[in-house]
Amino acid sequence: MCLGVPAQIKEIVDMDNQMAMVDLSGVSRAVNIACVLSDTNSAETLIGQWVLVHVGFALSVVDEEEAYKTLKILDEIGELYATMEDLKQGEK
Amino acid sequence: MKYVDEFRDPKQAKKILLEIDKLCTEIVLPEDRPIQIMEVCGGHTHSIFRYGLNQLLPKKLEFVHGPGCPVCVLPRSVVDNCIRIAENEDVIFTTFGDAMRVPGSEKSLLDLKADGRDIRMVYSPLDAMTIAQNNPDKRVVFFGLGFETTMPSTALSIMQAKKLGVDNFYLFCNHITIIPTIKAVLDSPGMRIDGFLGPGHVSLIIGTKPYHFIADEYQKPLVAAGFEPLDILQSVWMILKQLKNGEAKVENQYKRLVNDNGNASALSPIAEVFELREFFEWRGLGSINHSGVKINDKYRQYDAEAVFKLKEVTVTDPDVCQCGEVLKGVLKPWQCKVFGKECTPEIPLGALMVSTEGACSAHYSYGQNIDLINQKL
Amino acid sequence: MNKKYQNKKITMAHGSGGKASSDLIKDIFVDTFNNDYLATMEDQARLDMPTGQLALTTDSFVVSPLFFKGGDIGKLAITGTVNDLAMSGAKPLYLTCGLILEEGLSIDILDKIIKSMQKTAIEAGVKVVCGDTKVVEKGSADKIFINTAGVGVIDKGVEIHAYKATVGDKIIVNGFIGDHGATIMQSRTELAISADIDSDCQVLNHLVQKMLSVSSNIHSLRDATRGGVATVLNEIASDSKVCISIKEDALPIRVPTRGVCEILGLDPLYLANEGTLVCVVAEQDADQVLTAMKCTKEGENACIIGEVTTGPEGIVALKTLFGGTKIIDKLIGDQLPRIC
Repeated sequence: MCLGVPAQIKEIVDMDNQMAMVDLSGVSRAVNIACVLSDTNSAETLIGQWVLVHVGFALSVVDEEEAYKTLKILDEIGELYATMEDLKQGEK
Repeated sequence: MKYVDEFRDPKQAKKILLEIDKLCTEIVLPEDRPIQIMEVCGGHTHSIFRYGLNQLLPKKLEFVHGPGCPVCVLPRSVVDNCIRIAENEDVIFTTFGDAMRVPGSEKSLLDLKADGRDIRMVYSPLDAMTIAQNNPDKRVVFFGLGFETTMPSTALSIMQAKKLGVDNFYLFCNHITIIPTIKAVLDSPGMRIDGFLGPGHVSLIIGTKPYHFIADEYQKPLVAAGFEPLDILQSVWMILKQLKNGEAKVENQYKRLVNDNGNASALSPIAEVFELREFFEWRGLGSINHSGVKINDKYRQYDAEAVFKLKEVTVTDPDVCQCGEVLKGVLKPWQCKVFGKECTPEIPLGALMVSTEGACSAHYSYGQNIDLINQKL
Repeated sequence: MNKKYQNKKITMAHGSGGKASSDLIKDIFVDTFNNDYLATMEDQARLDMPTGQLALTTDSFVVSPLFFKGGDIGKLAITGTVNDLAMSGAKPLYLTCGLILEEGLSIDILDKIIKSMQKTAIEAGVKVVCGDTKVVEKGSADKIFINTAGVGVIDKGVEIHAYKATVGDKIIVNGFIGDHGATIMQSRTELAISADIDSDCQVLNHLVQKMLSVSSNIHSLRDATRGGVATVLNEIASDSKVCISIKEDALPIRVPTRGVCEILGLDPLYLANEGTLVCVVAEQDADQVLTAMKCTKEGENACIIGEVTTGPEGIVALKTLFGGTKIIDKLIGDQLPRIC
């Protein structure tokens, strides 16, 4: 059961019941944020952050820096290949 | 779509595919057998078919579709128990869309809905609790299923019901746990998996530490993987690199969401509401020790199993089914005796034919013509 | 609406055939649809025989909720039947209106629905010329069911069929796909999502006439209602015994519709449309048909999504963004929101 989508927290709608409104490509839905509240993340700091939403619950905050690092690794895999192709071309 | 589109870039994919190709030629297995990577999670199976990744990878590399589709592994006896609950006049039975079509011994929940029972599809267990609040004269039962990913949502819904004093809300708990399941696959005779794509969304709850025994005791690589196509390709690349270097490590490709220790705020409601079952019956795999959870004594009043006095009845799949062997990667779907004959997506006999992304169903729908089309297009 | 119906509800008397029935018919239907055929209040409409081939169709409408963004059950009841006629190349002329009303339905709502039907009929250039009303006890129907039958006339020489697709033909859609299905999904209160999407509900007969005016090589036309574009393509592929190949990066899908699909795990190719057609046209005419379509409001977002190819008969194949191939199968049962 793994369908999860990244969405952005727009506002806290019900602090008592830990509910926030999120937006995903123009689709809004109220989700429970209990799992993303922690010592480092208060409800206020969550606004504007991206979270992974699964069955109406925010399960984890997306780490922007790590996302960027992953994309960079993906880029480098490509670069490595491109460099090798250049080398091959050079040999010919 | 942020954090989605970047990981669906076809140009990047081409480059990684070439790297994967190269790595594959460098890995030689005994008897020249193919490299088998099991994607444990049904979500990965879905992405692999949705993007046609299986056709883009070298022939030498095969995906084995694992047991991580909770709909596929749902035993018929559980569906029968759902029907027993939903047949009560004062019950509104709620569940995810996925579970509606799964056949029990005689009928599915969709069939029962057609008989006139109040069965509703919801997006979230919290929505089911709201239905309970709005229908105080009914008993509202939510059929909860899925791995650790889905457990916090049902646990928190029950805690919320307790907090708000909603006492007509019940959970029929059929959550399953990932670790004993992977262990069962690893311990099965004839197992030939070379590496695992770890379930990304389960991992964001439990972390990557619980997987270490797979590397340490079984010497198999596992990479916790995201669900976008580039996530999957990068994770495959990471597994192949380990294989090439003769390593077996637990790695994390999905760092933007998964950390080693998991999510404490999600684990605590699970611990608050659930306890391990001695054993749980799986469709296709049989009984696996400690592979399921149930509601603990503290929250007993919300437990549909206790309230509706359900009996443990085992209804096994027909003897002819070889789902277990397919799940473990020992047999290919089309090598099963009943594949495409007695067992088809319209009338499924075995677990893997049930969900559209089940290994057998996917092969039945897509496998037969794909090579022919790829030649022509 | 006549003041005497304010805050009133449909009762069994409105279906009894007595004064309440005939008053309702006169005040709500005849006055709104307002044409000479209906005004006679006879048991049948009497129509002159047109020349050309007659196209006849019927369709029933049972949507919930009754009102949704971009339309309502009344608008659907006209567009559905008009579009079914238009897909043969016919010019739609006359429609019937059969109603099954649940006791307790607000007459105000009924009036709104009938007014919406008439507004759409005017847009399509058709007349609602006869009808029937039945009332059933509360619980025996869901508020209102509508059946509309329609006739239209096909000009000589127009031969459009699902079996006429041939290798080389191009596949065109007139605009964004899946909007109606996504709208209905988000209108369902139990899913509790909201998005800025309107149903694509619209009449397509004027668009089809425009397309026919620039090409005599349109082979197949279908409006992609229930089962969506995927189902229509499968019907054409199997009726024509051809393989259809479409490209994922060519599919026009609005951002919020994609959002609804991502959240609920749905495939936009299978979502219902109510104003979207699939056109199979000979390759040499494809560009001029596309250009003509783009000049209309209904077709301003038209685009080519694929072609008819050699390959296994009856198969629809999607070239994914990644260059992989996915078979777009016929749907077994309804598409349900999934979480895994």
